[in-house]
Amino acid sequence: MTALKEKKGSVAAHVVMGVMALYFLLPFWWLLVAATKDNDGLFGSAPLWFADFHLIDNLKLVFTSEDGIYLTWLRNSAMYAVLSGIGATVVSALAGYAFAKLRFPGRGALFALLLGLIMVPATALVLPTYLLMAQLDLVDTIWAVILPALLNPFGVYLLRVYTHDSIPDEMLEAARIDGAGEFRVFRSVALPAMRPALVTVLLFSMVASWNNFFLPLVMLSDNQLYPLTVGLRTWYMSATIGNGGAALFNVIVAGSLVAIIPLIAAFLLLQRYWRGGLTVGAVK
Amino acid sequence: MSTDVKIESAAAPAAAGPAPANKHRHWREATAGWLFVLPFAVLLVAFLLLPMAYAFKLSLYRSTLVEGEVFAFADNYQQAFADPLFREGVVRVVLFGLVQTPVMIGIALLAALLIDHATSRFSRVFRLAAFVPYAVPVVIGTLMWGFLYSQETGPFKFDFLSSDVVLGSLGNIVTWQWAGYNMIVLYAALQGLPREIYESAKIDGAGAVQIAVRIKTPMIASALVLATLFTIMGTLQFFTEPLILQPLNPGAITQHYTPNVYAYNQAFSFQQYNYSAAISFLLGAVVFVGSYIFLFATRKRSALR
Repeated sequence: MTALKEKKGSVAAHVVMGVMALYFLLPFWWLLVAATKDNDGLFGSAPLWFADFHLIDNLKLVFTSEDGIYLTWLRNSAMYAVLSGIGATVVSALAGYAFAKLRFPGRGALFALLLGLIMVPATALVLPTYLLMAQLDLVDTIWAVILPALLNPFGVYLLRVYTHDSIPDEMLEAARIDGAGEFRVFRSVALPAMRPALVTVLLFSMVASWNNFFLPLVMLSDNQLYPLTVGLRTWYMSATIGNGGAALFNVIVAGSLVAIIPLIAAFLLLQRYWRGGLTVGAVK
Repeated sequence: MSTDVKIESAAAPAAAGPAPANKHRHWREATAGWLFVLPFAVLLVAFLLLPMAYAFKLSLYRSTLVEGEVFAFADNYQQAFADPLFREGVVRVVLFGLVQTPVMIGIALLAALLIDHATSRFSRVFRLAAFVPYAVPVVIGTLMWGFLYSQETGPFKFDFLSSDVVLGSLGNIVTWQWAGYNMIVLYAALQGLPREIYESAKIDGAGAVQIAVRIKTPMIASALVLATLFTIMGTLQFFTEPLILQPLNPGAITQHYTPNVYAYNQAFSFQQYNYSAAISFLLGAVVFVGSYIFLFATRKRSALR
């Protein structure tokens, strides 16, 4: 009896999971199908099934519209993601290590401040940061997008927790006794041991930057500096409002597909680190 | 051999007080500590404290054509409290949060309980499927749903963007994008529970559903609290989704749809920087204080140390 009941329960669980999976995957399926249609097909054919195959034409259009500005946006997104990702990781690694392993006056106070500031809402800071940067004439440069993204209080917190738990003090002490300076101890002993957490912070910072919209939207007015998110939105705006000469919907759809492929690939390859990051941050 | 000597001096600070070598070490460590946190501290000041202070200062001024910047004290804040457009946005995000947060956390919890219960190949595939939307930029997730909502390009013959239902439609996008993220957080918490408890509950005759509702869910309360907190914080700052879908129905998604959209439009459509700064500051303060109250009220359950 119980075995039968358990089997029934398992079937029910899988049915529910199946329905939910359909919901989560529906927009991706639509995107995949829609990217193969031309603009007429997008409006005239069944939305969830293939019609004429125009994927190659669409991709060509994506990369040639407006003198290939999409490629510039793609490059910008990649550049912003890499520079802010690496920068934020380096800054967080230094600070996280210091908070975990070095005794210095003011450490407790500064860390308490950090914990409080994690609560400051990111988007409420965008306009104030813009107003300040406008005063300093830094608006509409790549630095206006990259520099604020280097600040990652949560990354510091995560690396502090990880370093505190995973690197024994004796290991650092041994290196010091061997005559290594503090930076040397950090670089050759601590840093290699911090690697899994560093990858996690790097991944999260890069994705946050790749997905960022509000900050570059506010900071940049030169469309040669736009990242993909802001660029695609301008295409979408002009296509929706329909002020002539603008990009067509099929270009936006194919452009969206191209934009999410790197992320999904990274996500599938680096799953371990995603889960690690979420776990350390939320459940610890 | 010289290392042995150093070990002694480091391990045993003699009765005569800290040895000079030790003092030197402390000083060296303190200097290193400060140098290591310096870049972070500079960024913290430059991109968090300074903007906040500057926005606060701006919010206390009013720019006039005749006199330029004039100190106005709380005028901008008074204006905000009396501004029906701002109030409308605040009421909207609060209402949105009250409905969307429990729905999404509920879906995330159900999904987490399911993958914790079923250990099949499909449950692993499902875990991926639910989490993938999180990897998609909000802009692109919103664009996709915009196409799906449209009666011309989407499969549904229903106007998802009419003013009656558009808030729900926006809520669906947020739920779709973040439920999987919260699911992973809750799932990780479930994985951390000791399995033996389930065995004794089973012997007492509890079914899988009972175990999920009565044992597993209460035991991950701290993770639920944090997931709820982050969702509420995000909700109050609601911005990208309404801004992207605005051109589809400007009548329903107004320029003051949420406080953040309102602040953005005040700054960039109307050049009302002082008023915009006041709204941003107010919004930031509300989210900040709200998070603290929430964490304080639930501190026994929460895990933030």
